Amino acid sequence: MPGYEIIEHDVLVIGAGGAGLRAAIAASAAKVKVGVVCKSLLGKAHTVMAEGGVAAALANVDDRDGWKVHFTDTMRGGQYLNNYRMAEIHAKEAPARVHELEAWGALFDRTPDGRILQRNFGGHRYPRLAHVGDRTGLEMIRTLQDHGIHQGIDVHMEHTVLKLLRDGDRIAGAFAYDRERGRLKVFRAKAVVLATGGIGRAFRVTSNSWEYTADGLGLAYEAGADLMDMEFVQFHPTGMVWPPSVRGILVTEGVRGEGGVLRNSEGRRFMFDDIPPLYAGQTAENEEEGWRYCQGDKNARRPPELLTRDHVARCINREVKAGRGSPHGGVFLDIAWVKEKLPNSVEHIKRKLPGMYHQFKELADIDITQEAMEVGPTTHYMMGGVRVDAETQMSTLPGLFAAGECGAGLHGANRLGGNSLSDLLVFGKLAGDFAAAWAKEHPAGKIGDGDVEAAERAAMEPFGRPAAADAAPFLLQAELQDCMQDLVGIVRREEEMARALETIGTLNKRAARVAVQGNREFNPGWHTALDLKNMLLVSEAITRAAILRKESRGAHFREDFPAKDEAAGKINLVVRRGSDGAMQIAPVPVPEPTAELKRIIEEMK
Amino acid sequence: MTQDATFRIWRTDGGEGGESAAKGGHRDYTTPVSDGMVVLDAVLDIQAKQANDLAVRWNCKAGKCGSCSAEVNGVPRLMCMTRLSDLPLDKPVKVEPMRAFPPVRDLVTDVSWNFHVKKKIKPFKPRPADAPDGTWRMAQDDVDRVMEFRKCIECFLCQDVCHVLRDHQKFDEFIGPRFLVYTAALEMHPLDVEDRLEDLRRAHGIGYCNITKCCTKVCPEHITITDNAIIPLKERVVDQAYDPIRLLGRVFGGGSKPKA
Repeated sequence: MPGYEIIEHDVLVIGAGGAGLRAAIAASAAKVKVGVVCKSLLGKAHTVMAEGGVAAALANVDDRDGWKVHFTDTMRGGQYLNNYRMAEIHAKEAPARVHELEAWGALFDRTPDGRILQRNFGGHRYPRLAHVGDRTGLEMIRTLQDHGIHQGIDVHMEHTVLKLLRDGDRIAGAFAYDRERGRLKVFRAKAVVLATGGIGRAFRVTSNSWEYTADGLGLAYEAGADLMDMEFVQFHPTGMVWPPSVRGILVTEGVRGEGGVLRNSEGRRFMFDDIPPLYAGQTAENEEEGWRYCQGDKNARRPPELLTRDHVARCINREVKAGRGSPHGGVFLDIAWVKEKLPNSVEHIKRKLPGMYHQFKELADIDITQEAMEVGPTTHYMMGGVRVDAETQMSTLPGLFAAGECGAGLHGANRLGGNSLSDLLVFGKLAGDFAAAWAKEHPAGKIGDGDVEAAERAAMEPFGRPAAADAAPFLLQAELQDCMQDLVGIVRREEEMARALETIGTLNKRAARVAVQGNREFNPGWHTALDLKNMLLVSEAITRAAILRKESRGAHFREDFPAKDEAAGKINLVVRRGSDGAMQIAPVPVPEPTAELKRIIEEMK
Repeated sequence: MTQDATFRIWRTDGGEGGESAAKGGHRDYTTPVSDGMVVLDAVLDIQAKQANDLAVRWNCKAGKCGSCSAEVNGVPRLMCMTRLSDLPLDKPVKVEPMRAFPPVRDLVTDVSWNFHVKKKIKPFKPRPADAPDGTWRMAQDDVDRVMEFRKCIECFLCQDVCHVLRDHQKFDEFIGPRFLVYTAALEMHPLDVEDRLEDLRRAHGIGYCNITKCCTKVCPEHITITDNAIIPLKERVVDQAYDPIRLLGRVFGGGSKPKA
């Protein structure tokens, strides 16, 4: 009698944020048996926190928009390290995915003629983000959830997957436990879709919740699949900085899209001081032009606050380091100033940014219609992830798919705001479609008893160990977060990253002794102990890739190599486990866009 | 500014001072607290430093996901939105699980009933598309009307406080304020053409609500649950069920009825 339960599905989706739910809906539409496992309760995944909107070239607000412009913006934002084919599919299919949500009950804000309203966002040439106030993510996840529960999908809430199970060179299932009771389970599946989101928990200041411990990336790596672009971690420029307990919580880019401006302690709009050449032609010359842009003047160019996130985050970092920061170590983000321009500014701000109004009022005692917010960079998003085939989202391990944040390719060196929600819809659906097709064409694989027993042993070991003060799960987690934050953060240097690798090595040894108290029932100490493995692994991959990329590009900034390097701009770094068990990193050429797409990129420059 | 504060937290494994381990009980934890902290911060500090196995649900820490519902000093609240500066810290802060739901462990309760209830409510059914490209046209005003209901973060605090569920345990006959709000969002959706009024009246037990507004008071999203969602639904149900002309129609033709 094994110590675990066996559950069978054709397609197993790991993760129930936007990408996972969209994949599950797609797979179940193909009439295969679908299961979803998620770490939290259904509907609590981080998609819920997405605020600004979903990028899709609907051209409802500016008819000059179209897939070609969206494609070009995405490539430019990613500094041309993107997989061009993914960027093309994304730009072409996003509008249909948004309309489909409306057919499932989502409600977006409207234009005067009753169509979906779109707002400005960083790096997008035209107003492109379909939104509902500043709670677009909640609307999206609820729509997918409420639609999904009627599609015959089995949902396994509060389960954590610890290992992917293989049959030879293909996927055969996953080993997991349920958090409530600590029961062990084997999920057999013909195809598995990873939709586990990000890695933010590896850093101290993050907008991500406890869940984002790099599970999908760690599972895929361990199972032998390739990871890619691991050096590119997005630091969102505007997280809350005060009070300390909310440090890192996201302040939507929508604030700047609605006309919010960044100032330093001297009251200067410092973003005008540093405009990258790639964006010089698209950026407003002065404050007046920037405001006109936010008011929808088609002849105006966007204010520098709406430059890409990597750039804005670095500028904020520079101001703070130069001693021109706000009292709690950020800068000022001011939307209240629009009262100079709009007679009904208070109502306007509350209507456009209700969530932000509520969040600052309740957590920081700040009325954003009257005062400036204090903001600073926060670890937000992983551009890198599981390397996938652009057409099918299949990883390099047959039968294993990945979509959304845990996949790599679409965003290159930097993601544009709003492209994440569209990413998870477009590629969630593709992954679900192709996982279902795969499941129909392949019989279930065999799962070896030895694999399961090894996973079971590894899961239970922390209970048997003697408690050690230096091997407590929360302590190890905190030390890793400090290490990554301080040594592999917004501004990177070789020597610091080498120190980070040493620290990660030491933490790995201590983590091998991690001990937990209590029993298996909803035991956060145990959960955290088991989460350490993926976090350490992915932190190592980030650091190694960041050391190898000796240039500054997108979200990856090297103080010792501050310029772009042309040769480095033609490669992606792939991370995989070598046959000796050690981590290997290999450069692969960035796929060359077709002649047609190259022409489009040139035309739109 | 830092000071010490004591948190009296419900533990499944029992408390100190004679409380039976089998039945669970309160245990006191003292931890330093500082400006701007919320209850969840203190609970997570205690978890990290004093009680690794203290069970608690949380995700976003910003009042957007509705995971960290609990009862703080007896009041159903999100721990992440309850600031310590609003509580008297000269005596222990009591933190307990939601009482209406079966306990799992410590501050975690079994809320799965809510997910089963939602499945029983007829899903969204849109009218045919307005435009040849398959899209719809809607006025912002019509969208705004239901926005309030769609803010719901499913924290289930309204369900926790509702006496029909909490005290009278009518889990089989009443869907609770959360799902009345959900139904209202669907019924008042500008595109929806489904009819849920008969379900509301019978299977979903809307009549059990006697508008004491406890749910409205605890809603962290400040949704006016009773006035804006439940009362209008009650009116629709009454209109449909007891309208004499419709009554005749039902007697003679049984036909379906247009939506309000």
